Amino acid sequence: MTPEQISQFAFYFFAGLAVLGAIGTVTARNVVHSAIYLITSLLATAGIFLTLGAQFVFAVQIVLYVGGIMVLFIFVIMLVNLDVALHQLQFNRQRWVAGLLTLVLASQLGFAIWFARGEGSLDIPAGRTGTLSPQNVEQFGLALFEKYALPFEIASVLLLVALIGAVVMTKKRA
Amino acid sequence: MVPIGNYLFLSLALFTIGVIGVLTRRNVIIILMSIELILNAVNINLVAFSRHWANVDGQIFTLFIITDAAAEAAVGLGIIIAFFKNRETVLADEMDLLKW
Amino acid sequence: MSALLDFLKTYMWPLIFAVVIVAVLPLLAGYVVLMERKIMADMQARLGPMRVGPHGLLQPIADALKLLIKEDIIPENADKVVFWFAPVISVTAAMLAYSALAIGPFFQIAELNIGLLFIVAVSSMGIFGIILGGWASNSHYSLLGALRSTAQMISYETAAGLALVGGVLLSGTLSTQKIVMAQHGGTWFVFVAPIGFFLYLVASIAETNRAPFDLPEAESELVAGYMTEYSGFRWAVYFLAEYANMIVVASIATTLFLGGWLRPFGSIAALDFLDFFPPLSFLGVAGYCLYRTPKQPEPIQSMVMALFGGLCFLLAAAMALPFVPAFAASKPGLHGAFWFLLKVSLYIYSFMWIRFTFPRFRFDQLMKLGWYFMIPLSIVNVLGLGVYKVLRQMQWSQWPAFLLTTGGTLLVAIWLVWLAQRKVAVPEPAGEMTEAEG
Repeated sequence: MTPEQISQFAFYFFAGLAVLGAIGTVTARNVVHSAIYLITSLLATAGIFLTLGAQFVFAVQIVLYVGGIMVLFIFVIMLVNLDVALHQLQFNRQRWVAGLLTLVLASQLGFAIWFARGEGSLDIPAGRTGTLSPQNVEQFGLALFEKYALPFEIASVLLLVALIGAVVMTKKRA
Repeated sequence: MVPIGNYLFLSLALFTIGVIGVLTRRNVIIILMSIELILNAVNINLVAFSRHWANVDGQIFTLFIITDAAAEAAVGLGIIIAFFKNRETVLADEMDLLKW
Repeated sequence: MSALLDFLKTYMWPLIFAVVIVAVLPLLAGYVVLMERKIMADMQARLGPMRVGPHGLLQPIADALKLLIKEDIIPENADKVVFWFAPVISVTAAMLAYSALAIGPFFQIAELNIGLLFIVAVSSMGIFGIILGGWASNSHYSLLGALRSTAQMISYETAAGLALVGGVLLSGTLSTQKIVMAQHGGTWFVFVAPIGFFLYLVASIAETNRAPFDLPEAESELVAGYMTEYSGFRWAVYFLAEYANMIVVASIATTLFLGGWLRPFGSIAALDFLDFFPPLSFLGVAGYCLYRTPKQPEPIQSMVMALFGGLCFLLAAAMALPFVPAFAASKPGLHGAFWFLLKVSLYIYSFMWIRFTFPRFRFDQLMKLGWYFMIPLSIVNVLGLGVYKVLRQMQWSQWPAFLLTTGGTLLVAIWLVWLAQRKVAVPEPAGEMTEAEG
């Protein structure tokens, strides 16, 4: 199998898995099942990142998103798990209108992408400067700490604020 | 080399499913999970364009979005827990204390 | 068909290594269990398993067979799919982590650019096996045990990751092969970052739910925690995942801190006689086995002992192969595997030693240790190692830089312990504060 075929197979496999996982997340009756489908979708997205050559983001997606955020979600699901919720309505009253509007939005965006493909504005641009080195982590680290040092610091302040916020909100009021 | 259009369509599909999830489900936790799906779709878009333009900036933006998603999930779930302790429900329809 | 053959030919070596690891790891995990029982017995002044093979050598095989033929009980109202899938996640995460580890200069499934980060990522997937298994069992004890176990694992994962960052700082790369090569000719990183090694040791004990951090699965606490409702082969898979995890964590520590597959004092030519240690050690074991063969009580045990002696002889011959001039190029590979496995065994031995020495941590003490001591100390450790690197770049020699940075980190550690030790003043009773609070 040529590398071409492998990358095509990888893309379609991960893309299919991501979409199936997403559909499962949105339609599952049991919240834990929904979380498991989301985990599948996130792992498939990590695979997509890998096919795009973004190795660091692939690893970060698994460590942070799947290994951190989803564990947090599952913790909270276990804490608030109500069996009553299983037998109630899953979708709210506005589902048909919401679905219709979302499809309109999706078709607009879809047409935009389709016409961009046709017109060639999605081809490799002529004025493209810069390269993606195969040493993805090194390039990423250099850019993060040289060019984007300020957003990095702001992100750490954001995390601190979120940490304090989460602790304050779940503290026992004596 | 898979053309970038494919990645954009995938991102669109995930985004749409996420938006449907946010607008249609009653369970607040599933709404939060659909928001994560939306952020994920945006990440795919960014990384695809990062390779298209051969610029690592797209991936750095992705890292910041993932960080942001973590912070938002933490605070959002904290709110849900606090609300659940008070009202014993996680259904968005029943969180209507501010309605007239 | 020819496309398949082409695929197999390009990826021949990784596939072979993958098959070897997937086949050998469960067997190795089984024998680690046997070693644990024998060492536990030795430290408790008794003999341990002696019956099933000579000196209990066939015990793991007997255990595996027993677990295979046990009845498979699924609790009522358990979520069948998740119940089936949870142990699979655990064991997959443990085995997948091995794909980026380097057991020898050539013996590696995939040399990833992000090797260490990949291993950390995959190990963090193992947490889902535990929490989903606990939830799917539809039992209070299982759920509580799973939640406790998960909380413990995510708390110590941060400290473990930051301790590993120390090693990454010193070698400047995430690829496991290059980290080992960075220790070639220099010192092993355990001598440059001993506090990082200590942190990783403690954090990895907590990561694998071993004593003294095994409250979630101690028998006197929550029966068996998340494994309570699992019986027969499913339980064996969880157990296998736990011991495979132990081997993975030991391999990571060996790669990062103990020099991987490098021979001790590999760069000093005067100590080249250490190269004779691998074949001689196997020869010694083989000789001992054959010496004990006639003294076994049953003829079948004598046979197994003789077989084992023969196996050790073969391994000694394999280790002595590089001394034949025609095969001299295979020395780093064969001897490298030997040194790697020796260091992994020493690390696991220290796990077991710690298990049989210290009493168990209560859960709140465990969390306090993780968040109030390990994480701050690991952050300070990274800071210290950064300072060490800068000092070395400014042409300081090794000893003063090491003393300065490690000494500073040690002082911070002592201060943190002192903070935890002092008695905090007991706050006023709540009744007297109802006026003041909002």
